[in-house]
Amino acid sequence: MSQPFRRAAGGRIDRSRTLTFHFEGRAYEAHPGDTLSSALLANGVRVVARGPYTGRPRGTYGIGAEEPNAFVQVDSGPGEPMVRATQLEVYDGLVARSLAGKGSLGEEPDDSRYDKTWAHCDVLVVGAGPAGLAAAHAAGVTGARVILADERPEPGGDLLGGRAHLDGRPAMDWVTDLRARLAGLPEVRVLPRTTVTGAYDGNFLVAVQRRTEHLGPAAPAHVARQRLWHIRAGQVVLATGAHERPILFPDNDRPGVMLAAAAAGYAWRYGVLPGRRAVVAGAHDGALWAAVDLVDAGVELAAVLDARHLAGGQAHRALRDRGVVVAAGHGVVGTDADADGVLTAAWVAPVDGDGQARRIACDLLATSGGWNPAVHLYSQAGGRPRWSDDHAAFVPGDPLPAVACVGAAAGTFDLADALAEGAEAGWQAAAATHGGGGEEPLPPATDSVASAGAPAACWITARADSPPETIFVDLQRDATLRDVRRAVGAGMRASEHVKRFTTAGTAADQGRTTGVTTVGVLAGLLGLPVGAVGTTTYRPPYAPISFALLAGRDRGRLLDPERRTPMHERHEADGAVFENVGQWKRPWYYPAPGEDLDQAVLRECRAAREGVAMMDVSTLGKIDLRGPDVGEFLDRVYTNRFSTLRVGQCRYGVMCRADGMVFDDGVTARLAPDRYHMTTTTGNAAAVLDWLDEWLQTEWPDLRVSATSVTDQWAAVAVVGPGSREVLRRLAPSLDVSAEAFPFLTVRDATVAGIPARVFRISFTGELSYEINVPAWYGLALWDAVAEAGRPAGITPYGTETMHVLRAEKGFIVAGQDTDGTVTPHDAGLGWAVSTVKPFIGGRSLARPDTARNDRKRLVGLLPADPSVVLAEGAQLVVDADAPTPVPMLGHVTSSYRSAALGRSFALALVAGGLTHRGETLQAVDGGQAHPVVVTEPVFYDAEGARRDG
Amino acid sequence: MADLLAQRRSPLAHLAGELAATGFMRELPYLSSYEVRADPAEPAMARLGAALFAGPLLAAAWPTAGRAVGTGPRYALWCGPGWYLVVDEPGTTLESAMAGLPAVDVSAARTVLELTGPFARDVLAHGCAIDLHPRAFGPGSCAQTHLAKAQVILHQTATATYRVFVRASYADYLARWLLDAAVEYVRRIDE
Repeated sequence: MSQPFRRAAGGRIDRSRTLTFHFEGRAYEAHPGDTLSSALLANGVRVVARGPYTGRPRGTYGIGAEEPNAFVQVDSGPGEPMVRATQLEVYDGLVARSLAGKGSLGEEPDDSRYDKTWAHCDVLVVGAGPAGLAAAHAAGVTGARVILADERPEPGGDLLGGRAHLDGRPAMDWVTDLRARLAGLPEVRVLPRTTVTGAYDGNFLVAVQRRTEHLGPAAPAHVARQRLWHIRAGQVVLATGAHERPILFPDNDRPGVMLAAAAAGYAWRYGVLPGRRAVVAGAHDGALWAAVDLVDAGVELAAVLDARHLAGGQAHRALRDRGVVVAAGHGVVGTDADADGVLTAAWVAPVDGDGQARRIACDLLATSGGWNPAVHLYSQAGGRPRWSDDHAAFVPGDPLPAVACVGAAAGTFDLADALAEGAEAGWQAAAATHGGGGEEPLPPATDSVASAGAPAACWITARADSPPETIFVDLQRDATLRDVRRAVGAGMRASEHVKRFTTAGTAADQGRTTGVTTVGVLAGLLGLPVGAVGTTTYRPPYAPISFALLAGRDRGRLLDPERRTPMHERHEADGAVFENVGQWKRPWYYPAPGEDLDQAVLRECRAAREGVAMMDVSTLGKIDLRGPDVGEFLDRVYTNRFSTLRVGQCRYGVMCRADGMVFDDGVTARLAPDRYHMTTTTGNAAAVLDWLDEWLQTEWPDLRVSATSVTDQWAAVAVVGPGSREVLRRLAPSLDVSAEAFPFLTVRDATVAGIPARVFRISFTGELSYEINVPAWYGLALWDAVAEAGRPAGITPYGTETMHVLRAEKGFIVAGQDTDGTVTPHDAGLGWAVSTVKPFIGGRSLARPDTARNDRKRLVGLLPADPSVVLAEGAQLVVDADAPTPVPMLGHVTSSYRSAALGRSFALALVAGGLTHRGETLQAVDGGQAHPVVVTEPVFYDAEGARRDG
Repeated sequence: MADLLAQRRSPLAHLAGELAATGFMRELPYLSSYEVRADPAEPAMARLGAALFAGPLLAAAWPTAGRAVGTGPRYALWCGPGWYLVVDEPGTTLESAMAGLPAVDVSAARTVLELTGPFARDVLAHGCAIDLHPRAFGPGSCAQTHLAKAQVILHQTATATYRVFVRASYADYLARWLLDAAVEYVRRIDE
């Protein structure tokens, strides 16, 4: 018979439909609404997992997020490691298997969509049990913006499938009513299947919403499988309920041992018998009510044990009415199992003294030591739980600003009280943020229940000679009472230390069922009150979050912005290989068919030196500086002077940080008396703008200067080489491009290819060259026009690699490559650009003895003895590679290339003492190999600068 | 001039079809825009206000923090203390009106993505940390913020219409990000 443990009727499942799923290779049936745990129980499958270290069989233990045992590996769909079977909704085609401690990621990439969103609300209510629903409703009717997040598929909490009555009707009718009312409030957002996993400062909370996993293969591919919510809430109402805790006893890990309210929950919420013959063992009224629920569901009660010596109360009467007598002062002291390790009997004895134990055959042992309020988010938000003897539990301590705990989460277990508390908290929270309004809704009426008495703090029932290694304090970690005793024996007193020593509480379930129990056991061993030992710290995330969700849509192409110039698609069409420069995509080189990097670069270099070549230089940082004091400002920012620059002229400038070390460099032009155009290195554009703004705002607010980034405003093409003048002449017939009319280091406004342009005569190669700037939306047209005008001369596009070779041949540094924050302008060979008469940022530091040392690392050139060897950038330079370690290091290679113009390899390097080593042979060591290199001047090509005028 | 304009290419021209297919996103290319950095109390700012917006616009009428003034096509957006973005129709030249002020033509530095309709706010919320609810934002609001990993200026021009000013080099990234974020909502329109 299929589903032999399924009750004939009842439960929040859809019996009209049958689903098929596979567990451990076998097919089973279930109904929509089932979790894997309820479906396995319905099919009589008791073993769901195994202890990670002991290998002992384990069964479903709880019914929700507290589950320590029933973690499974899902193999269907994109696959998922370590899913709680108690929360895994069964779908047609679900394939899962049992785990022993840890799962594994699938081999195939998960191509599901994951997304994130930001949300803001006046009131966030966490948990949609009775208190949370009442809170959300009371807040919502005021018109406040409310988010109600609940981890279950539908709201209701413990009312789901339960038998409580509200306003004289089944409680689920009230839940249905309230759902409809919430749906009618436009500012209320209900998020089912949503676990709030983190509470951070300022009422910022993070939640995970599982949106389509429950649909299995029917999940629409365009809908994000999970969503991460970043919620900023004015007020937070924590209605997170409570977690049931067990009483520990020898062999308390057998399949068939379950939490009592969970067992009753399976019977009524899912219509599944968790067993046919049960022993119920508890220490509070809740266990007795669970026994009532079990017997009413058709479970034979072999015994009901209560560690307390109490009689009377409504639960006792209810059981007596059903012919069950509660064995007061009794507990479980052991269990028996069959060959598969599944429970067959409980050993029962009085809790006081060592009375005779009695064996009672059963297939369900339902234990409940009490309820632990779910104080995790309260604790994460900065609250400190306190021990309450009245509750025999840790409850929220001092109240937090703008955070309220209500219902079971606050230790309020009575339904009527929880409803009233929730409604009041929701109402007050809305009043505090939104201002309130409307009429405060009254909570529904409930029947009052007479209690048998206060719960007892009962942690373990065992005989004095019970082996401690059979009493499990953490099922998921296989940690036992013996481990706790060892921790105490080793001198540990703090729960945090014992947690780390025993690992109890550190597994994926975070010790939700037995964390407090472990504290209680520890307190007993230490002879201290439980409150004096205290809980361990609760930290986010409350429940695990997958990396795929944390990544959201930031993967693949969207991992990080790819900045593109306006000419990007042309570079793609021209077959460019791209390189990342910061976030920019820049053409690295343009291989002709069959060419590799070296061949392409040699060809590109030759074109630039001998003919004409072009490069997209749009990525260069550009800053527009305006105001009457710009000249003075630049004099302070640059090591050299700019206030004397005439309109229409450009100058190369070097910037230092206050420590005198090179920060950035570039060419800056004066466009008008009160207007300069600064360029920065591609990677430093934002940092330089920040730097300028910082000085203007904090140190020199008296200077009338405004700085505006225009990096994206201008697209730019560099036309380079002896043939560049002719190309520009064609493009700009009205511009006098002669060397006399348009000299080096000047700027001209002109119409180029019909486009209004600004042309700089500057050079980063040593060759005659022009950089044509146009508004960015003309960039592509300009590129095409330059290519067309240069076609007769064989104009060649080149990329960053060629640019580097050409500039390095000239000894031009790249800030950040040939400098590293320890290099002064003098070290970099830029002493000629450092003013000795005006103050500038970093100038004072350059007068320190340390920056004037002769043995500082300074820029030099290197020529490898073997001209075919291209040194590794970063290779260390030593005098004798065979010297005993540690080998004294003189410096390192900063730039290294193969030169077409030189017909050989060359490099730039920083070497202690710099050119005092000129002509010496050093060793460049890389990967265990030493290459002899000769130290030279860092300018390899056209040292006299004859080529810049073409 | 027509020849010149024909040579332009907007940063999102290559994605125009995909944006249109969503039914609620499009590029507003080539808008004129100027960054103006001046104290609104300066006489030149009052003159500029008067020149830009019909009638004299006194200092107080320059937008306050988080606000934009104007009713389209011409707007002034508050970007920071003493920092405004003046936006106008494509091709509008405001240089002469701005003479004497530190005003920089940044028309080609950014492009604008416009999102319109019932899903616009939800789509933006996937990548924007600020509260866009009508009680917190709304028509006439603007903010410099981040959308996904791009720096943007966000300007709500009407009840369900948002303009996203993004630097030209980030436009392709941001548009692709928005297209991806919009997938669920596009289907909802279809269904």
